[in-house]
Amino acid sequence: MSSTAETIQSNPVSKADSAWSLWLRQIAAIMRLEVKRNFFGKRAVLIYLLALMPIGLLSLMAIIPPGYAWADFTQYPARFSLIYNALILRTVIFFGCAWIFMNLFRGDIVDRSLHYYFLAAVRREVLLAGKYLSGLVTSMILFTTVTVVSMFLLFFPHFPSASTRFFLDGAGIGQLFTYAVITMLACVGYGAFFMVVGLFFRNPIIPALALYGWEWINFLLPPLLKKISVIHYLNSLVPVPLSEGPFAVVAEPTPAWISIPGLLIVTVLVLIVAGSRIRRMEIRYGSD
Amino acid sequence: MVQDQSNSQSEIRNPKLAQAIVFDNVSKFYGEILGVNRVNLTIPLGITSLVGPNGAGKTTLMNLMTGLLRPSRGQVKVLGVPTDQPEQLFRKVGYCSQFDSFPGGLTGREFINAFLRVSGFSRNQADGLTESALERVDLLPAADRKIGAYSKGMRQRVRLAQSIAHQPSVLILDEPLNGLDPMVRAETIALFRQFAADGLHLIISSHILHEVDMMSDRVVLLNNGYVVAEGAVHGVRDEMDVEHPMQILIRCDQPSLLAARMFQNDEVVEARLHDDRHGLFIKTRNPDGFYLRLNEVVALGEIEVESVAPVDDDLGAVYEYLIGSE
Repeated sequence: MSSTAETIQSNPVSKADSAWSLWLRQIAAIMRLEVKRNFFGKRAVLIYLLALMPIGLLSLMAIIPPGYAWADFTQYPARFSLIYNALILRTVIFFGCAWIFMNLFRGDIVDRSLHYYFLAAVRREVLLAGKYLSGLVTSMILFTTVTVVSMFLLFFPHFPSASTRFFLDGAGIGQLFTYAVITMLACVGYGAFFMVVGLFFRNPIIPALALYGWEWINFLLPPLLKKISVIHYLNSLVPVPLSEGPFAVVAEPTPAWISIPGLLIVTVLVLIVAGSRIRRMEIRYGSD
Repeated sequence: MVQDQSNSQSEIRNPKLAQAIVFDNVSKFYGEILGVNRVNLTIPLGITSLVGPNGAGKTTLMNLMTGLLRPSRGQVKVLGVPTDQPEQLFRKVGYCSQFDSFPGGLTGREFINAFLRVSGFSRNQADGLTESALERVDLLPAADRKIGAYSKGMRQRVRLAQSIAHQPSVLILDEPLNGLDPMVRAETIALFRQFAADGLHLIISSHILHEVDMMSDRVVLLNNGYVVAEGAVHGVRDEMDVEHPMQILIRCDQPSLLAARMFQNDEVVEARLHDDRHGLFIKTRNPDGFYLRLNEVVALGEIEVESVAPVDDDLGAVYEYLIGSE
């Protein structure tokens, strides 16, 4: 080719390069592209709107003085558990992960730009890993921040000194850490599921809503079926357990030493399915 | 034994296969719809053009070569590499597809650089290769503008730059002249010739027959998913002599006399006067014999011949005879 290029090695794999170092370099390159797009692309607007929901709501509660029912500080950990479960975990993180991870591949198909990745000298499984990790980085940064900020916004505005004691000397910091871990695990589990949905379904909204329904009726399911869900394992980790109401089918919570590795193993299995799918995937934008 | 031999054994016996693009009984169906059917094709080094009407299967064939599509039946290998191994295939192959879309928010330079990094090049390598590719397609002045602000011709060139940036030995170009103005079109053809001179193996699909004719060593004619003909343009034309005798136009002062003289030759199938009555169209199945006879006639000195030129010894005629009539 040209004189400039003649001096450049056209094969990026040197003899000293192991397959792993090449893959890691490729994953880093994919993540650089994807994380930037996840945070600053046109599709990021919806994620920020979702993330602002609990922060906006709790900011409003911080401005408006709470009523009598909110005067007891000892109830706040349970109140946050409720807000976290219903608003942050089941709504913001669920739909946020759905949007981020389904669009990792589906978004490129809609934009007709996935072929550039498929025409690069990169194993498709490495591409999958890079995209998944970029989704994880995005969702974890965003939703862990939402979790932490929401907790502080609930506790501090009306009970600053009690909250300081709660977080510095009490159970607060432990609970905060646990909620952050649950958020990250939710991103791991939901992320893998939604990425596979985005690979298999032309319209991923329907399977996403089906999972949403399944996760919401989890409290009604018999113990065996409860275990076939992400929310069951995440609820088992919540530091302040919630009552699931009079109609709930009570089941023993799964201990953390089972639920965390269990969730990770299921995630790996889902990613293996995604790997096999992407290996056989074709570019046919016309039919998408 | 011979029938059971695998492709790799074939390559060991015939090393030229490892230097070529080989379609081994390849079919591709989109559900019930035929893409290409029973394609057995060996495309050697050089410039090869895929020619055919819309829906003939040109893009399908190119997408099969690059693994964007998987064959429903058969196998495709490019320089000995199966197309389901992108990590090896795209060290050797660059593909400039027809899709006029890009990842959002990137400049031309970022776009090329990012996908070189995805292929595993280090930052320094990627920077150097990006610069070189942009320079090659004359896009350096616009390299730091967002692709979204590029004209159609510039987008075509940035895609071309991206497909050559990693210095492939095989370059596949799907309708690369589409949407380019005549000036840029001529420059692009010159660029392709330069690529070929640099030793690149070029596969080009195009509708513009005279341009394909000018730059190709070989053509593959496709129609309705089938390979209708393949080979050097003139070789393909020669094989059609029986059904479509070669037509030659002779400009001269006495076309009627020339017709009478030439009909004494068995090789002449048909003679027709030109509308301006200063020329004669002759159809022959044996052009070499015809030219010998013509020399003899001219040597008699009765007729003054201005020019002699084949009328249908080009890709346009081959296309018309094989595809246009259907």
